[in-house]
Amino acid sequence: MFAPDFDYFRAGSVAEAGELLAKYPGAKLLAGGHSLIPLLKLRLAAPAAVIDIGRITELRGITTNDGLTIGALTTHAELAESGEVKQHAEALAEAASQVGDPAVRNRGTIGGNIAHADPASDLPTVLAALGATVNIVGSDGERSTDVADFFQGIMMTALGNNEVLTSIQLPAATAGQGTAYAKFAHPASRYAVIGVAASVTLSGGTCSAASVAVGGLVPVPVRCGSVEQAVTGQVLSPETIARAADAISDDLGDDLLGDVFASADYRKAVAPVYIRRALTMAAERAG
Amino acid sequence: MSTRIFGSGIRRREDPRLITGSATYTDDITLPGMVYAAMLRSPHAHAKIKSINTSKATNAPGVLAIYTGADTEGQLQPTPCAWLLPDSDLKIASYPCIAKDVVRYTGDIVAVAVADTPYQAYDALDLIDVDYEPLPTVIDPESAAKPEAPQLHEEIDGNQAFHWVVSGGDVDAAFAEAEANGVVLKERILQQRLIPNAMETRSAVAQYNRASGELTLWNTTQNPHIVRFLCSVVTGVPEDKLRVIAPEVGGGFGSKIAVYPADFVTVFCAKSLGRPVKWTETRSENYQATTHGRDHVQDVELAATKDGKITGLRCTVYAGMGAYLSTAAPGIPTILHGLMLSGCYTVPAVKEDVYGIYTNGVPVEAYRGAGRPEATFMLERLIDVLAAKLDLDPADVRQRNFIPKFDDGHDVITGLTYDSGDYPGGLTKLLEHTGYKALRAKQEEGPQNGKYLGIGISSYVEICGLGPSQVAGAIGFQGGLWESAIVRVHPTGKVHVFIGASPHGQGEETTFAQIVASEIGVDANDVKIFHGDTDNTPMGWGTYGSRTTAVGGAALAMAVRKIRDKAKVLAAHLLEASVEDMDYEDGKFFVKGSPDKAKTIQDVALMANVAWDLPEGMEAGLEASTFYDPPNFVFPYGSHLAVVEVDVDTGHVELTKYTALDDCGPQINPTIVEGQVHGGVVQGVGQALWEEAVYDENAQLTTGSMLDYALPRADRLPPIEVISTVTPSPHHPLGVKGIGEAGTIASTVTVYNAVLDALRPLGVTSIDMPFTPERVWRAIEDAKGN
Repeated sequence: MFAPDFDYFRAGSVAEAGELLAKYPGAKLLAGGHSLIPLLKLRLAAPAAVIDIGRITELRGITTNDGLTIGALTTHAELAESGEVKQHAEALAEAASQVGDPAVRNRGTIGGNIAHADPASDLPTVLAALGATVNIVGSDGERSTDVADFFQGIMMTALGNNEVLTSIQLPAATAGQGTAYAKFAHPASRYAVIGVAASVTLSGGTCSAASVAVGGLVPVPVRCGSVEQAVTGQVLSPETIARAADAISDDLGDDLLGDVFASADYRKAVAPVYIRRALTMAAERAG
Repeated sequence: MSTRIFGSGIRRREDPRLITGSATYTDDITLPGMVYAAMLRSPHAHAKIKSINTSKATNAPGVLAIYTGADTEGQLQPTPCAWLLPDSDLKIASYPCIAKDVVRYTGDIVAVAVADTPYQAYDALDLIDVDYEPLPTVIDPESAAKPEAPQLHEEIDGNQAFHWVVSGGDVDAAFAEAEANGVVLKERILQQRLIPNAMETRSAVAQYNRASGELTLWNTTQNPHIVRFLCSVVTGVPEDKLRVIAPEVGGGFGSKIAVYPADFVTVFCAKSLGRPVKWTETRSENYQATTHGRDHVQDVELAATKDGKITGLRCTVYAGMGAYLSTAAPGIPTILHGLMLSGCYTVPAVKEDVYGIYTNGVPVEAYRGAGRPEATFMLERLIDVLAAKLDLDPADVRQRNFIPKFDDGHDVITGLTYDSGDYPGGLTKLLEHTGYKALRAKQEEGPQNGKYLGIGISSYVEICGLGPSQVAGAIGFQGGLWESAIVRVHPTGKVHVFIGASPHGQGEETTFAQIVASEIGVDANDVKIFHGDTDNTPMGWGTYGSRTTAVGGAALAMAVRKIRDKAKVLAAHLLEASVEDMDYEDGKFFVKGSPDKAKTIQDVALMANVAWDLPEGMEAGLEASTFYDPPNFVFPYGSHLAVVEVDVDTGHVELTKYTALDDCGPQINPTIVEGQVHGGVVQGVGQALWEEAVYDENAQLTTGSMLDYALPRADRLPPIEVISTVTPSPHHPLGVKGIGEAGTIASTVTVYNAVLDALRPLGVTSIDMPFTPERVWRAIEDAKGN
């Protein structure tokens, strides 16, 4: 596994990373390297330059203000262990704890993960369910985009050529809210064959708000409007949850992913099981 | 024999260097002036090579040479197959080290680039232009045997490499009788292709001295002496000028038995350039071009009486051999498979037809268990089907058919003589230990939370400790199967052992030291084991077929006993006693009844080495060597039990309990035995639940990396419980049998039986391995009629 030749630059700041991106068209940003390095070694990517943003301190750390701001360089392990993340977005910590293996979680970052936009990735699904915002810096300054607009297709995002993803913003947890992530992991890669993130808010025994997203079997995370509708305003009995979970087939569309391990048909057929699990767990945590 | 060290679970002396990264593997060898080779491998599974243009690559930075099949033709002989299976119409296709005209699997070498750095070598590969004309492909062995299938080798009709038959008793009569008055059962079993996945990928470093004509080859192999022998044949370097060193070898599981084209190409480059050349496989290349295992299509029929007595077994097997016959390949689905058909049971009649078939895949070789898991699977599966059919407990059906306990030889229908065994006793102990009845009672309570409980058992006997050399000759194995050892005791009583066997992770540096320590009473830490270098060890035939302790260990024990005998004579001389009056215990020689006036082995070693006062006619030194050729194979056996829970909503299988009962005779080191069983069981479970090398319709490997090929992971497995019985082999100097493959041989079908047992209430009778959730889910849906 020997990568082709490339020039290597280490950026000291986001601004410098932007300048380097502009200077070397086609350059790739390197953070944790867990998506990029394998692509280079397999010679599936051959950028002329690699710009290492891994030591830019302004991209690190988790801060709480009105919600959570998570620096792009936050590793999966940090997400999984963070008290703030567990408090405001338990599903995110839960999903991060199931990414790959310890080596991947110690190096891989949330920014790299979502910028890579692998459809079988865990974090995009959670971010979609939790209504995250993605903060980006480019040559024209800062901008923010709703995560729903950020993912545009398989390994395609709203990130422009010379832009750097700097942080992820999540709303603060509200009273009576519970979140959960249920995953069908591929036995080899541990990517999500199916991943479901759910957020449920209970008030007075009924579900006052619900947000459910599914990933793994679709090119980009999909919000499950039919499921959400079927639980909102309801008492979340196992029967209600099961009925709601079955509504997922209305939300998935026709563009379903399958592979040699699990066909699209099969994934679609068993997806309700994971919706059920995520909703049940989220409801338990909400109560 | 001292019991303190033999049978003691001391820690493996290999582990500190292995787990701290201080071991030296082939890829760690760096020589002055060394350059790097990279292999250009065919992206097509079957194609004509119309032309190759290497000019751009030749002129690329750092490139020393690009060689193609035109350069190696006549310089390198074809890669040999060394198991010439007799009476089988064996047709060996020529396996050129570099393909010149036709490529036959994705991974066939088309050219090699040698450059100053590996990066430059791989860059150069991108610059070689090969014009291919794709040809039709076939990967399924049964399809490949059909007349309309694409032909891989012009001169070999029907892609048939061999047709081998084993039979005993009157199988047709047995089936006629069963059709009339008993039961006949038929099953189709697919033993999928598996990728061995040794932790260390393959590697070779070749250094050629033009002045002396001497070649040194560092090679990650299970059998350096066989590599020397075959490398000499292929490259023309005389055996006396060829030194093969297997440094630390990071596992093999059968994939490092074979000799490979890439090794010979590396030697060719070193000879041609006069520079040391290193080649190390990438993991993707390992998946593509290092041998795979299994790949059987099995049609199995069982004849039995209505009270569950087996009367006959009849099978047809299509064994995929890949594009060429690998070094030992013809013997795996035949000798190591068909001769074990009747397992631990009294089966009056058997017949098996095995068709070895060329396909457009990487060659198939031995893979842990090698032929025996595929044999054990057939009968152990059919017994469960028989039990279900007759509504009997599968354990009872086994008990009804077991060969009764024997301790000194039992002839079976395939012509083998098993050494010793108590199959009924083993299963009884396993069932008692695991609370089998309570498990069945729990199962009767029905599914909990949509999860169905299944209990699987299997009983196996396997053939290992290969084997008598006379038999090797009779079955076409192009080598001997004896082992040799030289034991040298230094003046201070420290011991050097030079052994032909070539352990590569099994821990035999530890167990061999224990054998020496237990035979002459030295401390095991005072025994150093030399292995893996053909220039300083005696001939050995390699580590495979669970033979290294069984055969190499026996050679060592015999050599050490010679040392003890000589030491006793010298001790008697020093004590002025007659040898007949001498006794030996725990490293001390003394006159019977006077243990306080003893000569220690260290005393005797000093006197033997200084040779001041030796008995008349005794040579100086304390050294012995032996060649041990076993009188028979050894036949370890056991019974395993697995419990699974199947989630019928998703098809997920969870293995919740696994208990292995194995009998490998007396255990030299129970901790190592337990480790071997653990690893073996896990590899077998991998076949049942996760692993499969998938080729698509164009014979492209779609599971080409660890992202897609699912290896067993620790968090998907329950604790594996290892228990044992001890039945010594009557013909072995230490009574020991092999244990390296037992776990794999038993566990695949044990887990298979457990899953099918769980799904029996739902009407599911068969699922192809591996049990991916989708396959299990679909089988359930099909049974429901959905």
